Amino acid sequence: MSQLALVIDLNVCVGCHACVTNCKEWNTSGHAGALADDRPYGEDPTGTFFNRVQTYEVGEFPNTETVHFPKSCLHCEDPPCVPVCPTGASYKRKEDGIVLVDYDKCIGCRYCSWACPYGAREIDEHQKVMKKCTLCVDRIYDTNLPEAERKPACVLACPTSARIFGDVHDPDSEVSQTIRERAGYQLMPEWGTKPSNHYLPRRISHYKIHPDELERADNPLKKEDYQSPDLSEPSLDDVTSW
Amino acid sequence: MQPAFSVIFLTTLIGMGQGLFLAIYTEQVYSLLNVLPHGEKSLFYAIGSAIALILLGLGMIAAMFHLGRPERAWRAITQWRTSWLSREVIVLPIFMGLLFMYGIVHYMNWNIQLIAIGAVIIDISVVIGLFAMIAASLLFLSTGMIYACLKFLQEWHSPLTVINYVLLGSASGFTLSTLLAAIYAPQSVNFYAGWTIVITLLAYLFRYASLIRNKRLRPKSTVQTAIGVRHTKITQKAMGFMGGSVNTRDFFHHKSKAIIALIKHSFIVLVFYIPIVLLSVYIVQPIQELLIIALISQSLGLIAERWYFFADANHPQNIYYQSIA
Repeated sequence: MSQLALVIDLNVCVGCHACVTNCKEWNTSGHAGALADDRPYGEDPTGTFFNRVQTYEVGEFPNTETVHFPKSCLHCEDPPCVPVCPTGASYKRKEDGIVLVDYDKCIGCRYCSWACPYGAREIDEHQKVMKKCTLCVDRIYDTNLPEAERKPACVLACPTSARIFGDVHDPDSEVSQTIRERAGYQLMPEWGTKPSNHYLPRRISHYKIHPDELERADNPLKKEDYQSPDLSEPSLDDVTSW
Repeated sequence: MQPAFSVIFLTTLIGMGQGLFLAIYTEQVYSLLNVLPHGEKSLFYAIGSAIALILLGLGMIAAMFHLGRPERAWRAITQWRTSWLSREVIVLPIFMGLLFMYGIVHYMNWNIQLIAIGAVIIDISVVIGLFAMIAASLLFLSTGMIYACLKFLQEWHSPLTVINYVLLGSASGFTLSTLLAAIYAPQSVNFYAGWTIVITLLAYLFRYASLIRNKRLRPKSTVQTAIGVRHTKITQKAMGFMGGSVNTRDFFHHKSKAIIALIKHSFIVLVFYIPIVLLSVYIVQPIQELLIIALISQSLGLIAERWYFFADANHPQNIYYQSIA
């Protein structure tokens, strides 16, 4: 069985909210009707979003680091929101593991949102039904779209490629390899929900340069007794060579 | 959690309805076993059942206000295999149906005798009442488990939640039954008053136990596990939006600690102390007004108790919604 999911690279996310706006744009234009969006330019704007980018500060000044943290439904392998639904409107698809809400069956009791520790479900206060990230299920299988565009809207929008989409059950998929090789982790593992979405940790790159990397030991000019200019002198690459 | 008044009224009203039925049925069984004097109490049982039915009906109406799409509420009977909410939706009308039959049998005086064991005569109302009692118990279990089954709401995830739903519902139902008995079946009033005191005391012990338990809880989820960064100091700088959302409104009570403490202490006084004192006085000095005050006090107190029950629960999703700018 496949399990579609997102892998979010916190190392490259710049917190631009492009995924948020593209998600809202795509999902407010779909067959399910507009997503609630009240007073967008007013004093107290509110509305339904499937995806948010949050910002955290790690550490204490001056040793701080900013982490931009996109959060959407994690499409858990063991979703606590599904069994509590009294109507069966909330379900997990067998074929690809996407957790969905049948908007025609939902009675808007909000119990599933209580049962989600991540706050991934937001009720649509106009349609009075629970809504959540669908992994753009109305996009990823659309054969009218070019194959490269059959991805969730948030993935397509990300300017830094911080979002990777694929099947985490396929060990050879890009997402699985990335999770393996770059220590992909899950959120709130303490509840046993086994989220399918993974996050790649921030990495601080240290680059150590040795002196012999600055000056070529095997420079052929040296064999010809060429007097190279001093390191402190200005240089042009094709004239001088250390 | 943000207390939802629809759910507060649903649970307090049906709890009182269930408790009232359990009270009169207990008394009927005691009379049956000749522990209590027999008498013409059919009308009392019928009135009690009718009032319990009204309470359950009002609870159902209150529940409808919780739903975004009440016209689809019938769908909630489908997922009884996994959902305690679905089980509650099924058991509630079954209990109401049995309660209706129980009341009608008493009202019409259909004393159809089924079995006689010595001096104990089991008539049809006893059998219907037995099934209704099972249904009432299952309804208490379902209601409690709706909250107790959510494991990351640590304040609720405890057997104490179910026990408290049973005891608090029963206590309020027994208080109401004492008042009704004072009017319609004065020969049994001390039986009701006595049991009401016992159940209210038990409810006090278990509710207090859950207050102590919840005070000692340490949240399993932290901002570290929520975003998966290992550092002792992590602060949210922006939750991702400037206005509110369902996440900021549904999961937090937005009240000061002083108000929360005030509500906690008020419900302890209103639900437990005042009714226990008034009922004890009533046993010595039967003044009906005492029972009316006890009932009003306990009912108001239970609304506060249920409000506090919601406000007390810390949803881990709040970790993600701490700072706006």
